[in-house]
Amino acid sequence: MSVLQQALENGKFGVTAEMAPPKGCDFSEQMAAAELLKGKVHAINVTDMQSACLKASSIGLCVKLKLAGLEPIIQMTGRDRSRMAIMGDMLAAASFGIDTMLALTGDHTMVGDCKASKPVYDLDSVGILRMLSTMEATGKDCGGNDLASTPTFYKGAAVTPVYEPQILQINKLRQKVDAGARYIQTQGIFDLDALKRFMDEVYKAGIKAHIMAGIIPLKTAGMAKYMNENVPGIAVPQDMIDRLAAAAAEGKEKGVKGLPARLGIEMAAEMIAKIKAEGLCDGVHIMAIGAEKNVPTILEKAGVEI
Amino acid sequence: MIITQKKPLEELLGMLDGAKTVALVGCGSCATACATGGEKEIADLSKVLEQHGMKVVATAMSEYCCMHLKTRTILKPVIAANPDAVVAMSCGDGVQVIAQYCKCPVYPSNNTMFLGESVKLGLFEEACHLCGDCVLGKTGGICPISRCAKSLVNGPCGGSRNGKCEVNPENPCAWIEIYNKLVELGQEYKIGITRDDKGYEKVSYPRTINIRGDKK
Ligand code: SF4
Ligand code: SF4
Repeated sequence: MSVLQQALENGKFGVTAEMAPPKGCDFSEQMAAAELLKGKVHAINVTDMQSACLKASSIGLCVKLKLAGLEPIIQMTGRDRSRMAIMGDMLAAASFGIDTMLALTGDHTMVGDCKASKPVYDLDSVGILRMLSTMEATGKDCGGNDLASTPTFYKGAAVTPVYEPQILQINKLRQKVDAGARYIQTQGIFDLDALKRFMDEVYKAGIKAHIMAGIIPLKTAGMAKYMNENVPGIAVPQDMIDRLAAAAAEGKEKGVKGLPARLGIEMAAEMIAKIKAEGLCDGVHIMAIGAEKNVPTILEKAGVEI
Repeated sequence: MIITQKKPLEELLGMLDGAKTVALVGCGSCATACATGGEKEIADLSKVLEQHGMKVVATAMSEYCCMHLKTRTILKPVIAANPDAVVAMSCGDGVQVIAQYCKCPVYPSNNTMFLGESVKLGLFEEACHLCGDCVLGKTGGICPISRCAKSLVNGPCGGSRNGKCEVNPENPCAWIEIYNKLVELGQEYKIGITRDDKGYEKVSYPRTINIRGDKK
């Protein structure tokens, strides 16, 4: 059984971290960062060309992580693959013991770095989940033909809590869960009240899934401002931005580098600790965006062990 | 209607390289509405081609270039003029119909862009991808296949900002428009319906439809 599934279904506070394959074929940096995460997280999400920017495929790093004794979550978007390609990749992943996946519709090629690529979208996130659930239930492939052997996956999906009108995301979340998603990772959360309001809506809608709050450790005030302006569903409150700016000013005055990033780690740890203490969510998903080596520190400061 | 856009003149001249006599064929429907193949555009292009040393030996206008019967008839004087090349000022289908009846090469003066509507004079918007299994009855009369940049059928992605599409912020998010329209219609419940996966069998091309009740 999937390690993440075991944790979440036994009522443990789930912890996942996110990692991107390299833009190239040398995975050593990723593998080194992953070693630091061993024993600290239940699983590591491997992104599938996030922001539609070309990277090595998710499956490659997933296999490497698995072989190194780590638990990968294979992210699968509908942007670049038809249903046949998705199912084929999932069968191949299963052959390496990869048993946890996250289905995403995927950012459009037009927002990425290879705009000439054909956006496929044969299936969206709901379609991918439904296809895999049907496969698991019937032992048949996407064309309705018998498979010689059939894997099962612990399936997840994503949600954007800060969205107007929110009912549309709640509705889509319901469809994802109906289609087989058992755990949900949210877009980066910075405002716990907004998270609470979202969770209330999830309960009211009667949606049953393990929700993991997305945590993005901020590095600078500029990064926060940039994300507010450019990343859908991200809303960093002004006071957080102000604190980061103040830390930068303090660092400049004292001639110390990295104060804002350190504050970002503190703020992320604080949020995780609160989410856990107040039982707001069933776990957290940390998106460190290249600073995966900080994840153990964040978890330690938050007092979270797996 | 089929929305067309004029090709750059250099591209057309490149195709016509070596032709001394040309004939122009316009289209009285979509291409006229798009100002890419009406009477005025035929006159304009005639002048330009003459300036480039070609002789326009015939012009013709089909009410609908895409209808063989009509087009075959209007092509008679064009064929009789025996030009080195024909310029078809229609959509891509019109070009192909005309090409079937001409012995000389037929070149397109337009790029065929999309199936859409004339919102107002000179403004055209894409509105249908000919998906073969129309879902408009469930989506408040707004097409998610052509108006959502990802052709999503189960509701929006998470990428919309301020009601705009993540792919092109000049476009509204189709799913937010669908939602607003369904609320207006009192059909809000339809937003929660997971749509059947219609797949792509129906768009395997080229397709033929025959309602004649006899053979082709
Ligand atoms: S759903 Fe959209 S693409 Fe399909 S037939 Fe209807 S309008 Fe056209
Ligand atoms: S923002 Fe809206 S219209 Fe654009 S791709 Fe996402 S769901 Fe489709």
